[in-house]
Amino acid sequence: MAKKKTRKAPEVNAGSMADIAFLLLIFFLVTTTIDVDKGVLVKLPPWSEEEPETIDMKTRNVYSVLVNADNQLLVRGEPQSVKTLRENAKEFIMNPNRRDDMAENPRKAIISIKNDRGTNYKTYLEVYNELKAAYNELREEMANRKHGKSFVYLPKALQKEIRSEIPLVISEAEPTNFGEEN
Amino acid sequence: MGKFQKKRGSSTPEVSTASLPDIIFMLLFFFMVVTVLRDAEVKVAQNMPYATELTKLERKSLVNYIKIGKPMKQYHAQYGTKPQIQLGDKFASISDIPLFLEKHRSTVPENQRPGINTSLKVDGDVTMGIVTDVKQKLRKSGQLKVNYSAKKRPD
Repeated sequence: MAKKKTRKAPEVNAGSMADIAFLLLIFFLVTTTIDVDKGVLVKLPPWSEEEPETIDMKTRNVYSVLVNADNQLLVRGEPQSVKTLRENAKEFIMNPNRRDDMAENPRKAIISIKNDRGTNYKTYLEVYNELKAAYNELREEMANRKHGKSFVYLPKALQKEIRSEIPLVISEAEPTNFGEEN
Repeated sequence: MGKFQKKRGSSTPEVSTASLPDIIFMLLFFFMVVTVLRDAEVKVAQNMPYATELTKLERKSLVNYIKIGKPMKQYHAQYGTKPQIQLGDKFASISDIPLFLEKHRSTVPENQRPGINTSLKVDGDVTMGIVTDVKQKLRKSGQLKVNYSAKKRPD
């Protein structure tokens, strides 16, 4: 009977494993860019070739914001600063004092932005952001008042309800063309 | 007295390094997962404006990027100093946008196509003229979900 030879396979030296791993690690460390893309989400209106129907809106329901080429704001015919825009817009939308020159109710309120081709993008985005913030704050307040919870923690159905209660309507007009473009 | 004298040359016990590769591997995997290899060289100035009402773009595969800004210094001679559009890694004009969108759309499975977002990475100093033109082209191409890329405003 042949003698059974039990030969172990030679072990691979794993000592350099750490070095290889280090090398890869450093490669990924260097190439990594941890940047999440964040931004202001908007939905553009669909394009149509036909002239849109002109809908008569009551002046009291329209919150017009004009931004000129010098980045100045004209809100409902009066100059304003971006800093006061948010509070002002909130008051217009909710109309807590039932004034007859502000929105009849939040569902009828419309915000209209018109800018110039020479307006700085920075200013435009700031204005847009403030108006969106006004709506978000109003929704948040309503969620707290009605359900005692923050808007983001509400179930989808309730969120939808509040959204339809205070719908975000921002209409953007064709920009004017007075200012200098860069 | 000599009894308590420390023995010279007695080395401290060695720390086992056997688990070092495991730790390194763990780190390695972490970085491998979070890594996004930069796919395109940025050729235009990208100084994002600040905003507060930000939404994160979760799924990178459903996002296409349109960069607008003044060309970097080394491209001044070729492309001038006026704001330019960059699609992918090339300078482009507004008329190239529909094809660019279509190319991206074809890489996305059909059922996920309604979720495609366009991220507009626009430099803060650009004027609205070019941005408006791009927006209009996007509307004409049926790409209505747009994200104005911005940085979080520090409090």
